Amino acid sequence: MRTIETDVIIIGGGATGAGTVRDLSLRGIRAVLVEKDDIAFGTTGRNHGLLHSGARYAVNDLESARECISENRILKKIAAHCIEDTGGLFVTLPEDERTYHDRLLEGCRQAGIKAEEISAREAFSIEPNLNRSIIRAIKVPDGTIDPFRLAASNVLDAVEHGALILTHTRVTGVIVEGTRVAGITCEKDPGELINIRGRLVINAAGVWGQHICSLAGIELTMYPSKGSMVIIDYRINGVVVNRCRKPSDGDIIVPGDTVSLIGTTSKKIDYDKIEYLNVDDDEIEVLLRDGEKLIPNLSRTRVLRAYCGVRPLVDTPGKQAGGRSISRGIVLIDHEERDGLEGLLTIAGGKLMTYRLMAEMASDMTCLKLGIKAECSTHKQPLPGSETKISPKKHIRAFTGIPESVVGSTLYRHGQRVRNILKKDKKNYRIICECEMVTEGEVEYALKNLNVKDIVDLRRRTRIGMGPCQGELCAYRAAGLFKELGPGNQSVKSSQLLRDFLEERWKGIKPVLWGDSLREAEFTYWIYQGLFGLGDIDFTKRHGPDEGGDR
Amino acid sequence: MINLENISFDHCIKCTVCTIYCPVARNTHLFPGPKQSGPDAERLRIKNPRLVDASLKYCTNCKRCEIACPSNVKIADIIQDAKWKYTRVFWFRPRDFFMSRTDLAGSAATMFAPLVNFVVSLTIVKLLMEFFLRIPSARAFPTYNNGTFTSWFKKIRGHQGGFKNRVTYFHGCFVNYNKRSLGEDLVRVLNSMKIGVDVVREKCCGVPLIANGYLTRARKNARYNIASLSEQKKSNSGIIVTTSSSCAFALKHEYANLLGLDNSAIYSNTEYITKYLFDRFEDGNIPDMKPVHIRAAYHAPCHLERLGGVMYTIDILKRIPGLDLVILNSECCGIAGTYGFKKEYYKVSQDIGQHLFKLIDRANPEYVITDCETCAMQIEMNTQYQVIHPVTLLAMALK
Repeated sequence: MRTIETDVIIIGGGATGAGTVRDLSLRGIRAVLVEKDDIAFGTTGRNHGLLHSGARYAVNDLESARECISENRILKKIAAHCIEDTGGLFVTLPEDERTYHDRLLEGCRQAGIKAEEISAREAFSIEPNLNRSIIRAIKVPDGTIDPFRLAASNVLDAVEHGALILTHTRVTGVIVEGTRVAGITCEKDPGELINIRGRLVINAAGVWGQHICSLAGIELTMYPSKGSMVIIDYRINGVVVNRCRKPSDGDIIVPGDTVSLIGTTSKKIDYDKIEYLNVDDDEIEVLLRDGEKLIPNLSRTRVLRAYCGVRPLVDTPGKQAGGRSISRGIVLIDHEERDGLEGLLTIAGGKLMTYRLMAEMASDMTCLKLGIKAECSTHKQPLPGSETKISPKKHIRAFTGIPESVVGSTLYRHGQRVRNILKKDKKNYRIICECEMVTEGEVEYALKNLNVKDIVDLRRRTRIGMGPCQGELCAYRAAGLFKELGPGNQSVKSSQLLRDFLEERWKGIKPVLWGDSLREAEFTYWIYQGLFGLGDIDFTKRHGPDEGGDR
Repeated sequence: MINLENISFDHCIKCTVCTIYCPVARNTHLFPGPKQSGPDAERLRIKNPRLVDASLKYCTNCKRCEIACPSNVKIADIIQDAKWKYTRVFWFRPRDFFMSRTDLAGSAATMFAPLVNFVVSLTIVKLLMEFFLRIPSARAFPTYNNGTFTSWFKKIRGHQGGFKNRVTYFHGCFVNYNKRSLGEDLVRVLNSMKIGVDVVREKCCGVPLIANGYLTRARKNARYNIASLSEQKKSNSGIIVTTSSSCAFALKHEYANLLGLDNSAIYSNTEYITKYLFDRFEDGNIPDMKPVHIRAAYHAPCHLERLGGVMYTIDILKRIPGLDLVILNSECCGIAGTYGFKKEYYKVSQDIGQHLFKLIDRANPEYVITDCETCAMQIEMNTQYQVIHPVTLLAMALK
C-alpha cells in the first residue's frame, strides 16, 4: 500500500475542490486532491454554464445576487479564457406577470447589478432570433462560463504549484485517531490502495459529502435536487436569454461554446438515487416547449442531448431557531465545532459562480486551523491560459498556415496555452474531432498535461465528441491516439476506451432520439457495430498492459 | 449575432459523401472539403464569424456536393454565403471586377473584336496580364464575335413574329459576345420545329458576379432579369429557354437560394433548352434530321447535373441519327467559370480536369459535346478536340 504524507487533503474534484486545491497551493500549502471519477464529473459539469450576473437572484435572494455580481467581476479577470462575455437579456412575454420586470430592476439596483431597461426593438438587434412578441426587456451583464475548463485550469495551476491530483480514486475510509481525523484511505482503480495522511481533510464532495461524513462517523444531510437541461445543435442565440418571471422550469437559454442549452428543471430526489439519474420525458417536454417561447427557431433545430445534475443543497441545523433551513448559500462547517471531530471541514452549498469564494473561505479556515499566515491571491492571480489579455487576431496571425477555425477554437478553449499546443506541423493540427476542431496536438497536450485517463475525461478537457455527431467520427481516432500517446501504463485496451466513450455519449442521446439525432445515431451505430463490430468484442476478459495490438 | 435563416446544415449527419465527390478536395489539400467548410464550419461561424477559414475561397461552387448529399443540405450555398459574408476581401480587385462584368467587357470587346482577339493572343500581353492582373498566361481566352447576337437577332426579329408559338430565349453573355453562332443555331432548330424566338433585354445572369462576391450587383441584375422575362411571358408561350446550363441554374435556383430573391414568376417556366426540346420531341414535334456520321463524347457539366438536366440532353443526342455517342463518366472539368482564369487557382483547376481529359482521349471522338460554355473552353484548351453544344449538333443534323 502506498502512503502519501501531505498537509491538506481535499475530497472532491468539482469546481469547489479544484478551487480549494489551487488556493492552498498558491498559498504554499501542500495539498492532495482526491476525486472518485474525473475533474468536473459531478454537479460542476452538469449545469448550464451561466456566468450569473446575479439578476436571477435579485428578486428572491439579495445575498446570492451580491455574491454573484462580485464573483462575476473577478472571474472575468482571472478566468477570461473560460468565459464569454456575451451579455444577457431578461424578456417578458405577453403571458408573464408584468410587475416582475420592475421588481427585477429594483432588486438589481439594490444588489449593485448594472441592469438596464431596453426597448423590444433594441433587444431584437442584440438577439435577432428572439421571439418577436416580447413586450419588455432588460439588459444584464450575464455571460457564459465553461465549467470543465474552469475546473481543469484550477487543477492545472495547482499542479504547477506543487499539488498532487488523484482522479479516479475513490475514498474508502476516513482515518480517525481519537477525536482527530488523520487522513483518508482510498482506492485508485483498478485495485490500488492508497493511504493519505494529512493535518486537515476538506470535504468538498458536494452532494456526495453526506457519504464522506458518514465514513467519518458523523451526520450531514443533503437535499438533492435534480436539474435537467437539453443541448441544442448550434448556437441559436448569441446572448443569454432569461424569461422575466419567477424562476421556474425552462426559463433560460444559454449559448455555450458552439451549442445552446435550455435550462433547467428542479425535482427533489432521494439521496440513494443520486448515482442513477435519468432525464424524464416530461422534463424534456417542458424545456422544449418553454424554450421555444423564447427562441422560436428552436422548434426547427436538432436537439443533441439531455442531461441532468444534482444541486447540493445542504441542511444547516440550528441556523434557524427550532427548525431546519435548507440553504442555497455557501455552507462552511467546522466539524470540530459542530461534532467535536478535529481536522475535518465541509464546504458545500453555493454555486459554480461562487466556487472561488467558497475555496477562499475554506482555505482561510484551513490557514487558521493550521496556524499558517498566508493571504488568498486567487482573486488577483489569473488562471493558466488567462495570463495576458487574449487577442485572437494576433494569434491567428502567429499561426498562419493553420486553419483559422482551428487556431480560434484552440485559443478559445485553452487561452494563452495555445502556444503549448499548436505547432506549424501538419501532424500537429490534423483534425480529430471535426465538429469542434480538436486537433491531434490538442489531444496530445491534454493527455500529457491535463490528467486524462480515458476518452470521457478527454472530452471534458477538449470538447471532443460534444458536437452534433456525438463521437461518430472522432471516437475511434481518439482511441487510436490513446494507444499512440497515452500514459505508458495503459492497462485498458483502446477498444474498451472506445466503447465506454460511446456508451457515455449514448446515455445523453437516448432521451432525445428523434429526427436528425436519430438518423445520426443510426449512422454511428452502423459504423461502430456494422463496420467495426464493436459490440461483439468480449470485454469481460482482463487484458494485460503488454497485450498485442487491438483487433 | 446572426439571424439564422439557412439552417439546412443542421441536417448533416457527417456521412462525408460530399467530400468524396468534391473535385477540389480530391486535388488539393488546401481545401478541406464541403462537409468541413459547409455544415461543420457553419456552427463555428455562427459562434464567432472570426472562425471563418480562408480555405473557403477554393470552393468552385460546382454543386456536386449538393447532388451527393442524402440529407438535403445546401452545402454549396452555405459555403458561397460564408465566403462573401465572413471572409475579408480587399475591395480593389480590378481583375475580378472586369471578369465578373461579362456584359460590360463583352459589349466593349465585340466592337473591336478582331483587334481584341489579336491583342489578347499576344505573348507579351499575356505576360503583362499575368504580372499585373494575376491571370495565368497559359490560359486560352475565348474569342469575341464581330458584332453581338442581339444585333444579328434584330435583323431577323420580324420573321419570328410569323410563328404563333414563340419562346423567350435568354441567350446569356457568352452567346451574345463570344459565340453568336450558337444563338443562330438555336433559332434555326426552333424555327424548323415551327417555334419562334423572342429575345428580351437582359443583363448577365449573375453567375460570375456571385462567384466573385459582387452580390449586390448580382441581385440588381437578377431583379432586372426577373422583371424583364416575366413581362415578355405575357406575349408569347410563356416559356423561357437558355442554352447555358449555368444561366438556367442561376435563374431557377441561385436567385432564390443564394440571392434571396422571389423568382416564382419565372421559376417554373424557365428551362434549359434540352428539357424544352425533350418535351416537344415527346409531343411528336421532331425536326427532320439527316444522319451526321460523327463519333462524339458527351461531357455533363456540373451545374446541369445539379439542375437535373443531363438526362434530357442525352436523350436529345440519342435521337440524332448517325451519332456515335460516348457518354463520359461525370467529372468536373475544373474551370468553374472565372475560377480557372485566376492564377491562384489555375493549377487546381487544371489538376481537376486531368482525369476528364484522359477519359476524352480514351473515347477517341471527333467532337466533344457539352452544354456549358466554360467547360468547352477548358476542354478545347486541354485536348485536341473541337467542342460543340448539343444545339449546334442538332443544327448540323437539320435537313
